[in-house]
Amino acid sequence: MFEALAFYVFASVLVASALMVITARNPVHSVLFLILSFFNAAGLFVLLGAEFIAMILVIVYVGAVAVLFLFVVMMLDISFADLRKGAMQYVPVGLIAGGILLLELISIFAAWQFSPEASKNAAAPTPEGVENTVALGRLIYTDYVFAFQAAGMVLLVAMIGAIVLTHRQRPDVRRQKVSAQNARRPEDVLEIQKISSNSGV
Amino acid sequence: MAPSEFLVNYFPILLFVGIAIGFGLLLVVSSLLLSWRRPDVNKLSAYECGFDAFDDARSKFDVRFYLVAILFIIFDLEIAFLFPWAVSLGDIGLFGFWSMVMFLGVLTVGFIYEWKKGALDWE
Repeated sequence: MFEALAFYVFASVLVASALMVITARNPVHSVLFLILSFFNAAGLFVLLGAEFIAMILVIVYVGAVAVLFLFVVMMLDISFADLRKGAMQYVPVGLIAGGILLLELISIFAAWQFSPEASKNAAAPTPEGVENTVALGRLIYTDYVFAFQAAGMVLLVAMIGAIVLTHRQRPDVRRQKVSAQNARRPEDVLEIQKISSNSGV
Repeated sequence: MAPSEFLVNYFPILLFVGIAIGFGLLLVVSSLLLSWRRPDVNKLSAYECGFDAFDDARSKFDVRFYLVAILFIIFDLEIAFLFPWAVSLGDIGLFGFWSMVMFLGVLTVGFIYEWKKGALDWE
């Protein structure tokens, strides 16, 4: 009973905040509603018993991806009033594209049928007496090692790509070079001159 | 573990979320009910040291903030992979251990690259 109540609370707040994400006027508010819907999705995952995914949703999506979204929204110096001004002229094109996508979805779901083997793969519950995170850990690093290493490679590519795309060497910036400072000796830079008096330099 | 038995572990968190929401609502609603309000247009107007506001507060800022955020997310994901590894290390043996060391090694290559490239320096 209590679980059902929690499910309906999480699910209804999730759907409501997801609706607000696409209808809110201010994009910053959209991102905040997105964070709310992430939290509720995490609650739903906990109800399903998928603890690890729930915690990852909170740590990675709420903690990092939402911050990135906020950055993008705030960095794209867009005047949203100007953007909305000409929006009505794109409505026919948008309706056509959306209608085609809807028809495609309908045709997919009309022809949908499960392969008989698929249900066996889906019904793989967490083994009895093992926590969700431990069960995942037993699989990821040994049975699915290739996918795991590929994930590492994808992260490496993302890191290098982000640096290549956004990092610029700034030539006009003067940095402190500690090694150069320490290597500097008085005899290299100072010279003592004997100046005879009354003759000027 | 039965599902409901497992969910009992999460009850304190649910309680905590409930208290947080209740406290937040209490503050908002009580300030709505108890405060002295005398609305005025000038109270809402933008004010910049005696001048009218020059332009929108929203402005472009440096893409380096974005770079720092991206690098943070990548290492955040790396940490996320460490949790299941740490709790199941007894079961997955040496192979699991070394597969994680490989993974960390690959990301350390990226870390050295970004350090040498100066992506972590601000100025």
